[in-house]
Amino acid sequence: MLVFTLRRLLVAIPTLLVISLVIFLLVDFAPGSPMSEIPLTVPPDVRQKMIAALGADQPVLVRYVLWLRQFFWVEPATLFDGIFGTHLAGNEQRILSWQSRSPVFSIIGQRMPQTLTVIGTAYLVGILIALPIGIYSAYRQYSWFDQLGTLFAMIGFSVPTFFSGTLFIIVFAVWFGWFPTKYDTTLHVTDWASFLKQLKQMAMPVMTLGLANAATISRYMRSSMLENMGQDYVRTARAKGMTERTVVLKHVLRNSLIPVVTVIALGIPSIFGGAIITENLFGVNGIGAALIGAIHANDLPMVQTLAFIFAVLIVTFNLIADVLYGFLDPRIRYD
Amino acid sequence: MPDGGDAVLDVRGLKTVFRTRGGEVHAVNSVSFHLKKGELLGVVGESGSGKSVTMMSLIGLLPSPPADVRAGTVMLGNRDLLKISPDELRDVRGAKIGFVFQDPMTSLNPVFTVGSQIMEPLIRHLGLTKDQARSRAIDLLELVGISDAANRLQSFPHQYSGGMRQRVMIAIALSCDPDVLIADEPTTALDVTIQAQILELVKGLRQKLGMAIIWITHDLGVIAGIADRVMVMYGGQVVEQAPVKELFAHPQHPYTRALLKTIPSLTGTRAARLQVIEGQPPIMMAEPASCPFCDRCAHVFDRCRRENPVRRGIDTRPVGYGHDVACHWTPEAAVA
Ligand SMILES: Nc1ncnc2c1ncn2[C@@H]1O[C@H](COP(=O)(O)OP(=O)(O)OP(=O)(O)O)[C@@H](O)[C@H]1O
Ligand SMILES: [Mg+2]
Repeated sequence: MLVFTLRRLLVAIPTLLVISLVIFLLVDFAPGSPMSEIPLTVPPDVRQKMIAALGADQPVLVRYVLWLRQFFWVEPATLFDGIFGTHLAGNEQRILSWQSRSPVFSIIGQRMPQTLTVIGTAYLVGILIALPIGIYSAYRQYSWFDQLGTLFAMIGFSVPTFFSGTLFIIVFAVWFGWFPTKYDTTLHVTDWASFLKQLKQMAMPVMTLGLANAATISRYMRSSMLENMGQDYVRTARAKGMTERTVVLKHVLRNSLIPVVTVIALGIPSIFGGAIITENLFGVNGIGAALIGAIHANDLPMVQTLAFIFAVLIVTFNLIADVLYGFLDPRIRYD
Repeated sequence: MPDGGDAVLDVRGLKTVFRTRGGEVHAVNSVSFHLKKGELLGVVGESGSGKSVTMMSLIGLLPSPPADVRAGTVMLGNRDLLKISPDELRDVRGAKIGFVFQDPMTSLNPVFTVGSQIMEPLIRHLGLTKDQARSRAIDLLELVGISDAANRLQSFPHQYSGGMRQRVMIAIALSCDPDVLIADEPTTALDVTIQAQILELVKGLRQKLGMAIIWITHDLGVIAGIADRVMVMYGGQVVEQAPVKELFAHPQHPYTRALLKTIPSLTGTRAARLQVIEGQPPIMMAEPASCPFCDRCAHVFDRCRRENPVRRGIDTRPVGYGHDVACHWTPEAAVA
């Protein structure tokens, strides 16, 4: 297993290099200049100096290599320095946002917590709702509960988040006035009252995304359970006199979870990616909102860096899913 | 033997139907049989004759829906298994009646160790602690001829061969010292040498432990080697039943006679072709009003199509205890 993991990690390196090059070049082709946010009154020679200061006048390949070096060395070193008080990074240039002139990773560091609390909670809530629904729907296939579960999943699948989100706002914020319409990013949880406030403002975005997540995962869970329910080993467990509880929640569930856990792991990068629509709709100032803002402002370094971070996460969680699979299924041995 | 006061298992008038979209399938029709202490009853019949459905009906192993065990009594000791609650029935399954299935490759749960799967019923039925169950599981593995048992307990099913997995299934079935072991074609999926080993194992275990066994098979050759009595099934009913020697010496039912002819003879010098029974077994969409075998029978006459024959004794003993057959035709009549 260890050998397998190391080998996969080694393979991941060239994969990521290729992805990084593609991302960098594709984004670089986009029209736009680091000066697009600078007033036209700034004289051309000053402009030129500003561009040179950002390193944006270099040939594309030089910029690519510099960016890679910043991504893999300067930024981690800066992070390390920040934590341990060392001086590894020295005075090296970090990746700078063209829009705000501040380091891209500082912006990500500010945005990430919002995204992780809101989108992460939504994912977790989705899983916690989906698993019991999937399990029970399969156990009582075609019962009214299963039909209801199917309906719920269909709605979750087919209703886009911009619609369900807006609906929630109208119903729960406008009509009932239970929750605020806008997410307040500046809120800090310090006591019980502010915690309640945080819960309230999270409720609607979490519901919106949680519904969509739960729909997908509950279907996976259900079909995986159904597939296993008809297996011979289930009959064996019954023939041994095991209770239905043991049969379903131990024998069937343990087998059914293998593919579901993999699907869940593969979905985790999307949490970090944020949910662009939901974040915008509720004013959650997270990664998704940062990406949209950067695209509008032609902030190429920001877009390149975010896109590449997602790529790294996707590759990483693919690897994690594979390793988990081997961990959960004793028949699979990677050696 | 006297009239079966000592039967461990007594099944009467068992009927099982499947509710399907196309209507009801009458898979088991008024099947009656009993099993004496320590006896080995062989059950033969071609594919689809209702052997598995009959045995699974006894202990509620058929998923319902679509299955519906509609009538009959299944007396185990003085309890009717069709009347007791699902909880009580669970206490019987795996404890009083052990079951071994046809395909050992898929009958064990792939994600749990063999040891934990043997220990489960021990903990559930006998109330053993984990440690007690583990040491008994080691004994059981040794009993079914798996060496290095203590270490093999840690293995997963895929690390065992097919023959070894079937040994494990037998160990599980026997774990709680059942009165009855039902083996549903336990060797069909195995190759010939392994089949012989499993047969030897069961013969030995039977002498050691003394449980009664129901052995389902297609293979009359196997039956001749191990059974005390044979029950022949066709179209969801029992068509002939007799002590094994009697059945081989004086088969009565045309279907039994045809089956016997399909056994390839090792001693025979003739290179005659293996005989097959022409036609297909019926799928019963209603309770049969005629003999289920009538369309394939060489001796069919008009009564066979009007009336489903009931089992009749052909010696002085009552039906079920001597030799009986469900057929209107008699070989003697043919000779006369
Ligand atoms: N789930 C089901 N739905 C409908 N009919 C069924 C179902 N299971 C079994 N049957 C019917 O029951 C009949 C008896 O099947 P059974 O499995 O008992 O045969 P068998 O004698 O064990 O055959 P084999 O030797 O192939 O195992 C079959 O002909 C089939 O039509
Ligand atoms: Mg069968």
